[in-house]
Amino acid sequence: MRFLDEYREAEAVQPLVAAIQQRVTRPWTLMEVCGGQTHSIIRFGIDHLLPAKLRLIHGPGCPVCVTPVAFIDKALAIAAQPGVVFCSFGDMLRVPGSAEDLLRVKSRGGDVRIVYSALDAVQLAARLPDREVVFFAVGFETTAPANALAVREARRLGLANFSLLVSHVRVPPALELLLASGRAQVDAFLAAGHVCAIMGTEEYLPLTARHHVPIVVTGFEPVDLLRGILDCVTQLEEGRAEVSNAYERVVAPRGNAVAQTLLAEVFQVVDRCWRGLGLIPRSGFALREEFADLDAELRFDVAEIGGVESPDCRSGEVLQGLLWPTDCPAFGTTCTPEHPLGATMVSTEGACAAHYRYRRPGEA
Amino acid sequence: MCLGVPGRILDLGEAPLHFGHVAFGEVVKQLSLALVPDAQPGDYVIVHAGTALEVIDEAAAARTWEALAQLRPFGEETP
Amino acid sequence: MPEFNLQCPVPLPLETVQMAHGGGGRVMRNLLESLLLPAFANPALEARHDAALLELGGARLAYTTDSFVVTPRSFPGGDIGELAIYGTVNDLACGGALPRFLSCALILEEGLPLAELATLVASMQRAATRCGVTIVTGDTKVVDRGRGDGLYINTTGLGLVPEGRVLGPRQVRPGDAILVSGDLGRHGVAVLSVREGLAFETPILSDCAPIHHLAEALWTAGISVHCLRDPTRGGLGAVLNEIGLDGGLSLEVREQDIPVAPAVAAACELLGLDPLQVACEGRLVAFVPGTQAEAALAALHQLPEGRGAAIIGRVLDAGTVPVTLRTRLGTERILDLPSGEQLPRIC
Repeated sequence: MRFLDEYREAEAVQPLVAAIQQRVTRPWTLMEVCGGQTHSIIRFGIDHLLPAKLRLIHGPGCPVCVTPVAFIDKALAIAAQPGVVFCSFGDMLRVPGSAEDLLRVKSRGGDVRIVYSALDAVQLAARLPDREVVFFAVGFETTAPANALAVREARRLGLANFSLLVSHVRVPPALELLLASGRAQVDAFLAAGHVCAIMGTEEYLPLTARHHVPIVVTGFEPVDLLRGILDCVTQLEEGRAEVSNAYERVVAPRGNAVAQTLLAEVFQVVDRCWRGLGLIPRSGFALREEFADLDAELRFDVAEIGGVESPDCRSGEVLQGLLWPTDCPAFGTTCTPEHPLGATMVSTEGACAAHYRYRRPGEA
Repeated sequence: MCLGVPGRILDLGEAPLHFGHVAFGEVVKQLSLALVPDAQPGDYVIVHAGTALEVIDEAAAARTWEALAQLRPFGEETP
Repeated sequence: MPEFNLQCPVPLPLETVQMAHGGGGRVMRNLLESLLLPAFANPALEARHDAALLELGGARLAYTTDSFVVTPRSFPGGDIGELAIYGTVNDLACGGALPRFLSCALILEEGLPLAELATLVASMQRAATRCGVTIVTGDTKVVDRGRGDGLYINTTGLGLVPEGRVLGPRQVRPGDAILVSGDLGRHGVAVLSVREGLAFETPILSDCAPIHHLAEALWTAGISVHCLRDPTRGGLGAVLNEIGLDGGLSLEVREQDIPVAPAVAAACELLGLDPLQVACEGRLVAFVPGTQAEAALAALHQLPEGRGAAIIGRVLDAGTVPVTLRTRLGTERILDLPSGEQLPRIC
């Protein structure tokens, strides 16, 4: 596949690895923000190509992982109602709420379905006029525009039986939280390439200016990741701290204007709770007032549902880069993909799951 | 949550959703091109969750490869 | 009910059957280990092979059973009828047997069109003829509408195992070579391509086919075959892990040597699947002495269905994990047994 295979070839990777090896003179800690990057790093073993002085830690870039327990519980309550068809991306189905998950609801007879896109859920609603179709709208700025398209389409079709349970999150406020707390000791960030494809790179300039950390927009294939890492390392060794773009074929500094306009039409920025991290101001998207009739939280009267997180789960520390998954006492023992304590072990992009599935011979 | 896959546009669909056909190698899927209104058949796009997010800038990709070619095996980068 | 098979481990102790219990992955394995195998305990089961090797009246028999519940019932490259024959024939072949007799039990849902049943039955007979087996006994049941997904098929097979053939995970040795008879993941991709909600166009057809000729080619060439498996649910990854776990061994395979057709790779990228965990239905994985690897490969290459055969790895002398994958970039990672059933990953 073009624009994929060539970015995975050993011959293309090798000079980047050599350049990084040669350039690193001191220990540095980099954080990759996006769960897709985590997945790719571990799948290709990128971290094992890096010099020992360079440490990669996994950030809170997995929307599945950071969806608050309360929202999972709301989803469960809605999905259990008769007549509801609850549609979701696959990853959300195994994430534990306070007591159970969507797949258990399905096994008790709830109509829970996986969809490839939000538009599939809209089309399902159009085909099943006597069912209530609900879509679980989770994701970062990458996914929000596609979901906004679905909102607009539902409106255009005049669907009365379609609604969304929205738990979208925004990346920059989470990075601000991490940087402001000063605890994570991150020297530079690999910013999420596809989030930036939508939003552009300018949102990160204030972060770099305020905290003096390099932020490099990075893609997902081995060549892209290593270019991003090389850029971070080069800046750090030279004492610079800038926002730069190592994913130029996809990301333009202004982002995708059409997508941004659509986002502004459909969503408003709100404060949002992140599982494991707590409340982060202005870190989420919610439906605008004029789309309140499509808001599943209102339609199904689940606003009061709270959530209880597992006391043993330390996902929050993992998400902030404060705890290495394999250092967690529950990792691989009481917490595995078969019986996860938290979302980071369930989501295919969760840091804990990535370490578990792709761990090295010789590691825990 | 940012699994984005590159594909080549075969045809543009119609307004408002613009469900065109996109080829991923030999696999063809119909998906929305509404977020990339300037895209043309033959363009490559990054696809996420059934929607094309952005057109791949082939010139930028070519520049990337040229820059990579400058990296010597010993890791010296030519500015 | 939706037709997706969902990846399913649940965070709390399981009280009811979940989809993952049929997924070929870790959850299913746990069910076998904790409930079924202890309940029925006997030496034949302990051998942990797909087909049981039995002695009866002086004859060495291989005996196996399999049930087929695939939806949709017809998919590019095959249907549930053919699958029901080839699946059991292949399990017999992996037991070292010459497949001879099959039974066929049908559970039909009220309302299934008889024309479709006739088509599937004809398909089964064609497949049986192709394999040289006879369907000698059977059963037919009907369940109420809404209780049966159209139809379920169970086939049980019996074959004769020639003297000198002893196969199984416990026969595999450090130094053995691991071979596959062709490219992987076609069946899983073909079935997904026609699943509601995921449909995509692809030239990929299921690899649904018998593999007993491939197995016989190895014996004929004088290969001391240690173990044979046909990768189905859970794909190559499941087979390698089972052999590693049941044989107490460590295996290593090389990503660049594992054949995957470009169209299958593309579909897996699109859906977020790992081709090494996607189902096949007409492939053979063979464990042979390292010294006979090239001869085994040559034997497989002689047959049209074995042209894509490759040596993909070896059994290590020692190791801490069942299966290690060496990536194209030269790095290593563990290739795990999937938790439940492979789920199209969207994100």
